[in-house]
Amino acid sequence: MYAFDYHRPTTARQAAGLLGKDEDVRLLAGGQSLLPMMKLRLVQAGDLVDLNAVDELRGIARSPRSLTIGAMTRHAEVADSPDVAEAIPALAAMASTIGDPAVRAMGTLGGSIANNDPAADYPSACLALGATIVTNKRKIEADDFFKGLFETALEPGELVVKVSFPVPAKAGYAKFRHPASRFALVGVFVAKRSADIRVAVTGAGANGVFRWLEAEEALKARFIVKSLDGLVASTDGLNSDIHADAEYRAHLIAVMAKRAVQQATA
Amino acid sequence: MVAVNMTVNGKPASAELDPRTLLVQFLRDHLRLTGTHVGCDTSQCGACVVHMDGHAVKSCTVLAATCSGSQVTTIEGLANAAGLHPMQEAFRENHGLQCGFCTPGMIMTAVDLVHRKGFALDETTIREELEGNLCRCTGYHNIVKAIAAGAQAMAAEGPAQQVAE
Repeated sequence: MYAFDYHRPTTARQAAGLLGKDEDVRLLAGGQSLLPMMKLRLVQAGDLVDLNAVDELRGIARSPRSLTIGAMTRHAEVADSPDVAEAIPALAAMASTIGDPAVRAMGTLGGSIANNDPAADYPSACLALGATIVTNKRKIEADDFFKGLFETALEPGELVVKVSFPVPAKAGYAKFRHPASRFALVGVFVAKRSADIRVAVTGAGANGVFRWLEAEEALKARFIVKSLDGLVASTDGLNSDIHADAEYRAHLIAVMAKRAVQQATA
Repeated sequence: MVAVNMTVNGKPASAELDPRTLLVQFLRDHLRLTGTHVGCDTSQCGACVVHMDGHAVKSCTVLAATCSGSQVTTIEGLANAAGLHPMQEAFRENHGLQCGFCTPGMIMTAVDLVHRKGFALDETTIREELEGNLCRCTGYHNIVKAIAAGAQAMAAEGPAQQVAE
């Protein structure tokens, strides 16, 4: 790791103050992606602002229509939360498949979406569920938040405070894991909220998470697995690498989408 | 430098550290608690698993400074004067190790698993929960047996064994 100055605020306001507008300042959430990248010297931070003592950024709140999760809430807390299991069981199930148990004990929702790894699970959940990302400055719709590989709409000085998920009528998530890294080669999150049906794909896109609009249209006729029969995802814009070429990923998108709908309608 | 204060195996531990110091480096190099191992150093292998405030974490991927104010338990903190922790004893009884390099992390993961999921653990659950712990010797069969037996033994010992957490 390159050297950095360490800061440990206890409030979100202090954290935002320390973050300032300097791009050389980085926020440390659970650290399960950032620390490995810093160890490899792929990321350099002049100042590191550790959010682990900011208790107000943690917690899960449920209202009849939405579920709000603090940015520093750990994956394990989301996976084990009775409120999440009741309101959006697909989200709890998804959180329980991130990394491994020790990674889930540290990794956070805010860290995952701010990093926007193209194979991360949470971006697909945010996009499919139509989540609203609440920062210290504004509210950002998930559709406007994820901007590409490791790119988000967050501006200098802006930090994720919480994410609000509207409670869907039905939702499901299916992923095909890379056998060694266990990251999603392809993951598909589907959600139905009255007439609004969204299908979000992670792991496959060369530009990160995206919505599969043709599948959304097909599911609007009837929200059942059969509606996706014969539908093939386009290979345009899909990743091709040693793990899977674009054709294979396109095939997996259709298979995972069906499995996700099956879960949602089970 | 940053002032770091935490409790390790029930004892206070303080130091002025380079902020880059990882928890595992603090434990091994500063406190000389070398039972916690560094295998991959990329948070994949699980040889470095310790408990932080009662949760299993990979100490190669946590800054020591982040643990300020935390309770940390390492493999050295499991046994007491009366002898090995039941999970350690179960690994010995069931031949749950060969070279032993992964064993501290396996045992810390196993104890955390029992705390989270209870004493009656089926094989599928144990194998799934070992996702983040790699063993290159055993093929896992005896580790899985050891964890099931260790969980039963922890049930027999009752809550006293969890005091260290």
